Amino acid sequence: MSKSLLIKNGFVIDPANKINGKVNVYAIDGKIADVGKIDKQADTVIDAAGKLVVPGLIDIHVHFREPGDEEEETIASGSAAAVAGGFTSVVCMPNTEPAIDEATSVEYIHRMGRQTRKTHVYVMGAITKGRAGEQLAEMGFMVQAGAIGFTDDGSGVQNPAMMLRALKYASMFKNIVISQHCQDNSLAGTGVMNSGYNSTILGLPGIDPLAEEMMLWRDIQLVRKTNMRYHVQHVSTARSVELIRQAKKEGLPITCEVAPHHLLLTDDACCDYDTNYKVNPPLRTEADIKAIKQAIKDGIIDALASDHAPHLKSEKELEFLAAPFGIASLECALGLYIKALIEPKIIDWPQLVSIMAEKPAKIISVDKGTLGKGKQADITIIDPDYEYTVDVNKFHSKSKNCPYNGWKLKGKVEYTIVGGEIRYSAQEN
Amino acid sequence: MNKKQIIWKHKHLIGLRDFSREEIEYILDTAHGFEEVSTRNIKKAPTLRGKVVVNLFFEDSTRTRNSFTLAANRLSADVIEFTEKVSSTSKGETLLDTARNLEAMGIDIVVIRHSAGGAPKFLSRNINACVVNAGDGCCEHPTQGLLDVYTIRKIKDSLEGLKIAIVGDIAHSRVARSDIYAMTKLGAEVILVGPPTLMPAKVEQLPVKVSYSLDDVIGQLDVINMLRIQFERMGVNPFPSVKEYSHYFGLTVDRMKKAKKDILVMHPGPINRGLEMESEVADGPNSVILRQVTNGLAVRMAVLFLVNQGAMMQDKKERLEGQ
Repeated sequence: MSKSLLIKNGFVIDPANKINGKVNVYAIDGKIADVGKIDKQADTVIDAAGKLVVPGLIDIHVHFREPGDEEEETIASGSAAAVAGGFTSVVCMPNTEPAIDEATSVEYIHRMGRQTRKTHVYVMGAITKGRAGEQLAEMGFMVQAGAIGFTDDGSGVQNPAMMLRALKYASMFKNIVISQHCQDNSLAGTGVMNSGYNSTILGLPGIDPLAEEMMLWRDIQLVRKTNMRYHVQHVSTARSVELIRQAKKEGLPITCEVAPHHLLLTDDACCDYDTNYKVNPPLRTEADIKAIKQAIKDGIIDALASDHAPHLKSEKELEFLAAPFGIASLECALGLYIKALIEPKIIDWPQLVSIMAEKPAKIISVDKGTLGKGKQADITIIDPDYEYTVDVNKFHSKSKNCPYNGWKLKGKVEYTIVGGEIRYSAQEN
Repeated sequence: MNKKQIIWKHKHLIGLRDFSREEIEYILDTAHGFEEVSTRNIKKAPTLRGKVVVNLFFEDSTRTRNSFTLAANRLSADVIEFTEKVSSTSKGETLLDTARNLEAMGIDIVVIRHSAGGAPKFLSRNINACVVNAGDGCCEHPTQGLLDVYTIRKIKDSLEGLKIAIVGDIAHSRVARSDIYAMTKLGAEVILVGPPTLMPAKVEQLPVKVSYSLDDVIGQLDVINMLRIQFERMGVNPFPSVKEYSHYFGLTVDRMKKAKKDILVMHPGPINRGLEMESEVADGPNSVILRQVTNGLAVRMAVLFLVNQGAMMQDKKERLEGQ
């Protein structure tokens, strides 16, 4: 028995197919059947008048804390947060406890994701066993289990020979990306915020921007040698942006992502020692934000990714030195990107959709991010002008460590549709 | 000394960066008034009778804690000593829980020393009692800053136009930061002296000059404040050896020959004799190190008195607003 879905009267933005106008979207059995001036009978009809209809948004950097820290987040709670935020696919990072460094863990995450029936849940495995940076993890078995890439996220692979080996070894697998949290620990030291005037007056140890740039520069040399596909996580400094710009110009297979806090907040926010602003890489300066925004405008940045990092209130209710790094922002990420990029006219909607769906899909090599015929019907419907106030108490996420609480944001997710099924609807929430 | 009339409203002393010149001068003037108490036959004033002060120290300290205890005693407050050697990062009661528990016992003033910059501010946001910072990480040590400027002002009458060098581990020094704010607000010119590896990030954005050569600047100085090298705060060696450090930045008898005759030599203590300065200098005629300690008492009495007054002002305001 076939099931059909018609989304009519909406404004469809599908950059991959150069669609940018008022058309209807028709899906049968979870797949896109037609996009155009069609009007058919359907089991489910959504009137999207005044709304944007876009390919399901993809967040390639989230922490769902399972296994190990289920009190902070689970695949189930994180997935509910994802669809509430308009995301039809997410990529879980492997810095769990224990780390996702072998096939069974990868399968476990996939299974929990499927059972939750919210968003598609993808996994990046660890590059090294236990993320310790010493021995390669069983990448091949993890690829067979469906891992879409590898990273030791939370820390970078410190040893250059180890990183070179990882890039070389991974290059024998198809459609895999190696992704790096660029941070040279010898330069980062015990830092807890950006190194600068603010860290000096706050008396807190700083993380020099060089810690990020040095490892990024090193990895670019390794990528040149191996030609392995490489992705830079949460770019935070102006010089990192320049390094990536040059590497791309050179034609190296490098992509990168930016997190919302690195578009909206500077290290000035740390001045009250509010630990909700403690994040790694740390909040930098206006000049860095400016450079990152310019890079987004220039098409240098391939993806926006929340780095959703949930933590308990009790963990964050500590001295700035002692609290863990991380900001939970999955549910309001879209509104944050609109505030940072659409409202000041840095980019337009098709460009935003491109770096929130089309390009992220390419980074993780999944056949998504477009509304092309025959593609899986992952669709997000957005009311772009609807203004709301962020209220962490309404979050589906288990954690509330969100510095945007109380912010007024535009862009409400009306429907999140995964494989032709409505997995989130604003009316029911 | 003619006391400037300002209305003191602060119930916390977190850092001197937050205070105006007038407010700092007001604290110093108040301290001057309290000096007399220590000269009495019965060294007590009833100012804080019935009030409870807790010394909440998460780091080793002898002189600062004793100074606060004595200051509170001289003002007739009851003092609870609370020493916790466990660091905040190890498992145990959180700072917030500790403070809330103490508050439940009805304390009025918390004097806190903590290894984490910002711990006093964090506390002041979460409890009702007055919070006095007795040193937080590498952030501030406001009562040390106050007693330093108090000592200078007492001898030199004013800090206006004075050249003051702070020498040593600026990067990890909370004393340096409080000194910079207090001294520059009172009109002095501050020169930071030390190796580049001991300078904090973006030091050029502070209202100071920086020199890597003590020999270059020593002849111009009215005051020199030698910081303690804090080996415990340094993860990696910021200089090759103690010997080489002393060679460039130690205050030796030889180096003192280039200084002005009336230069004041200061040190927040405890001194590493032979490292920051030679014993002959520490105990010499220009040294005011022990006077700093004496003055610390009057300054801390003033601070305890003023934060309590600030709390009463705020309570009164809230009561009036409630009516």
